[in-house]
Amino acid sequence: MAFWRRKKDEFISLGLSRAASERAPETQTGTETGIEPQPAMVARVEPAEAAREGPAPSPWQTSVLGLDLSIEQLQAREAALEQELSARFRRAVAATRESLSEKIDTVFAGAKKIDAELLDELEEALIAADIGVPTTMHVLETVRRGISRKEIDDVEKLKAAIKAELLSILHASEQGGVASETSVPENIAPYVMMIVGVNGVGKTTTIGKLAQRIKAEGNDVLICAADTFRAAASDQLAIWAERTGVPLIQQKQGTDPAAVLFDSLKAAKARGSDVLIVDTAGRLHNKSNLMAELEKMKRVAGREVEGAPHETLLVVDAVTGQNGLEQARQFLKVAGVTGIVLTKLDGTAKGGIAVAIAKELGLPIRYAGIGEQVDDLVVFDPEQYVNSLFN
Amino acid sequence: MFESLSDKLKRTLKNLRGEGVLTKEHVDAALREIRLALLEADVNYKVAKDFIASVKEKAEGQQVWLELKPSEQVVKIVFDELVELLGGQSSRLVFTRTIPNVVMIVGLQGSGKTTSTGKIARWLAQNQDRKPLLLSTDVYRPAAREQLKVIARATGQSIFEKPETNDPLELTRAALQHAKDVGYDTLLIDTAGRLHIDDELMEELVSIKSETHPVEILFVADAMTGQDAVRSAEEFHKRIGITGVVLTKMDGDARGGAALSIKQVIGQPVKFVGVGEKYDALEPFYPDRVAQRILGMGDVLSLIEEVQSKVDQDEAESQLKKLQRNQFTLDDFRSQLRQVKKLGSFSKILKLLPDQLLGGVGMPDLTDEQTELMEKELRRTEAIIDSMTGEERVNHLILNANRRRRIARGSGTTVAQVNSLIKQYTEMRRMMQGMFSGGGLRGKMMRRMAGMPGLEGDGGDAMMGGMAGSPAGLPGSSRKKKKKRRR
Repeated sequence: MAFWRRKKDEFISLGLSRAASERAPETQTGTETGIEPQPAMVARVEPAEAAREGPAPSPWQTSVLGLDLSIEQLQAREAALEQELSARFRRAVAATRESLSEKIDTVFAGAKKIDAELLDELEEALIAADIGVPTTMHVLETVRRGISRKEIDDVEKLKAAIKAELLSILHASEQGGVASETSVPENIAPYVMMIVGVNGVGKTTTIGKLAQRIKAEGNDVLICAADTFRAAASDQLAIWAERTGVPLIQQKQGTDPAAVLFDSLKAAKARGSDVLIVDTAGRLHNKSNLMAELEKMKRVAGREVEGAPHETLLVVDAVTGQNGLEQARQFLKVAGVTGIVLTKLDGTAKGGIAVAIAKELGLPIRYAGIGEQVDDLVVFDPEQYVNSLFN
Repeated sequence: MFESLSDKLKRTLKNLRGEGVLTKEHVDAALREIRLALLEADVNYKVAKDFIASVKEKAEGQQVWLELKPSEQVVKIVFDELVELLGGQSSRLVFTRTIPNVVMIVGLQGSGKTTSTGKIARWLAQNQDRKPLLLSTDVYRPAAREQLKVIARATGQSIFEKPETNDPLELTRAALQHAKDVGYDTLLIDTAGRLHIDDELMEELVSIKSETHPVEILFVADAMTGQDAVRSAEEFHKRIGITGVVLTKMDGDARGGAALSIKQVIGQPVKFVGVGEKYDALEPFYPDRVAQRILGMGDVLSLIEEVQSKVDQDEAESQLKKLQRNQFTLDDFRSQLRQVKKLGSFSKILKLLPDQLLGGVGMPDLTDEQTELMEKELRRTEAIIDSMTGEERVNHLILNANRRRRIARGSGTTVAQVNSLIKQYTEMRRMMQGMFSGGGLRGKMMRRMAGMPGLEGDGGDAMMGGMAGSPAGLPGSSRKKKKKRRR
């Protein structure tokens, strides 16, 4: 689970505490440091309790906000929260369902037996979701094997087999030993996250949402505006920083981004920030000079903070076609990408390319952008994603 | 390495070439390959299917399979079909005498509307003698209006601003009035980008449209878009009626199948292509060239045009004269190197050259590292010349061992490298002499360029040989154009 737990020992994360506190304003206490020491003691006991009580603990830890509530109430609240999130995720992916699943359903409708024609149409449906030719072939190959072994003999089983195959691709990529906040020792600060991607995929917006999210989980966040190229990029980021109340380090347009990063790292250390999120300029992956600039930034980060950047997220627009794979390959090579953020998932394009990236490069999808609001960034859930594709 | 659509088709058609007589099975196999290549290039699956069907029909109708050189005919059919699919012929923006003519720029989030708006304004001012006024009605994305303002300033275009208003329609009306009052003949409206399923935005676009009666509504599409391209273009077209397409980020390595799909679905031509982040990186769209590129015929026309716009004509002329008088100095050599650099990366230049010029081996053999190596070599050469005194640059004959040692130290190279550069330079002088004295400049240049793949060799020497060859081509190509003009 790609959850933010850097301060887990002293402050239990609620995942999206903002959403919860909105629904339970009477317990709203915010994340003021003043109340920190006390919750720290109690909180350490709580996860154990939760584990004892709940047979299937939710991915969302409870927070100090709910200490006055019973475990049952807490769990109910978590369930509600989870439900709301999954509902939002589902809604966002609903359009995909309409496009892909409708297509798949049309393919399946009327077809009672599995034949070559049905498989051909299935191939088209998967390709239409941008999953790509090789991955589609891979999925269908598995399905064909199942058919010839007589394990798949009706349409329902065929559906299930495709689902399972897609899911296994997404799960396999998660095992890929990716960087996450938990893998970095507590004494190393700040935890540096670099956000990279080609032009126009939504990096800046993602950073705004990410900052909101990480801050809401009780961390001190600092943003570094290292996109010094695009006109008004740092203005855009400044607006997001203001919305989320996170400080921002910026310089004037045209400054060397590595210099801005250097300043930000110094500032983060001086302020004792927990997390530094670095915005970078959008760059096409085939521009070697711009990619070299990214490499330099990485070097600078590593020199200032051990192991930094600890996490490098590649932002991919859901409408991206097969070029996304090449993007991921190049950014992986140069910037050491550790995960994908799939944005604009609330459109009709469903980002099947992320599945191809997961399969070819073993990069997991960490987050999904599902709207334009500040909290419209959710942890990517493979089950939900695949289920949404198939109803 | 990444295999492009043109590589794929080339390989497929090479297989076709290998056959004496083609059977139907062979053709089907080839077409299947082409279909997969198209799909991997993000051509919509329906469009790809139609394309294959129509190629097949045409091919069979012409009885191509029994002809003497079937491969050539297949190439031609595929090519023609691609050109047709891409839009027949290029077209420019058409204006009426109303003041102002309104051009709306619409598209999805992140497709590059704002940057394109700036580029188009600049292009219209320079190439179509327009006096444009810019307006951003994107009141939603943080700092979107600020971005257009910065771009307007950078490109020297006027922008209409009314920061106190957050109503797109009000902004539009005010800008329209302002354009009339001041006499701007073109109003470019950069609209907000949203998802195409966003009804509210579509309504907004419709009302801006009915308010301004635009002469052009340009749909900005990202060349990297996948299968969804068709759906969004269709939706925009249905709601507001697109008159043309701007394809952005074509400087990436996306195969741009979206262009084919969009053209096919909405039937409107691609008018401009965005090829870089700089504000002059906008080109008119030439379907035949793109189709040629796809089929590995190179894009010579584009290259020549690019060379001409960036290389200073006068300087090239004077260099040519110097050459003829055997006065081509190291200074001139260096300025040529710089002009080559202005054109962009080496790989870009090479990619634009047709296969034949590269000795038929094609581009895929040149890896990133090799290109990088070549570019490094280019920089080193420049450094060496930079380390010379003015006198040395004018007269290389005074370069004795002592001077060479100093130059090597100054440029961080070795004496051997300095020597090889000087050797090269003298060779180049000789070669150029030969070119002008005994006719056939073009043929010799071609041959010289055909030597370029030699650069992939191991030694720096071979590489430098190629280097010297390419700057030599520059004055040549501008001369060619002159000839054409005279005719």
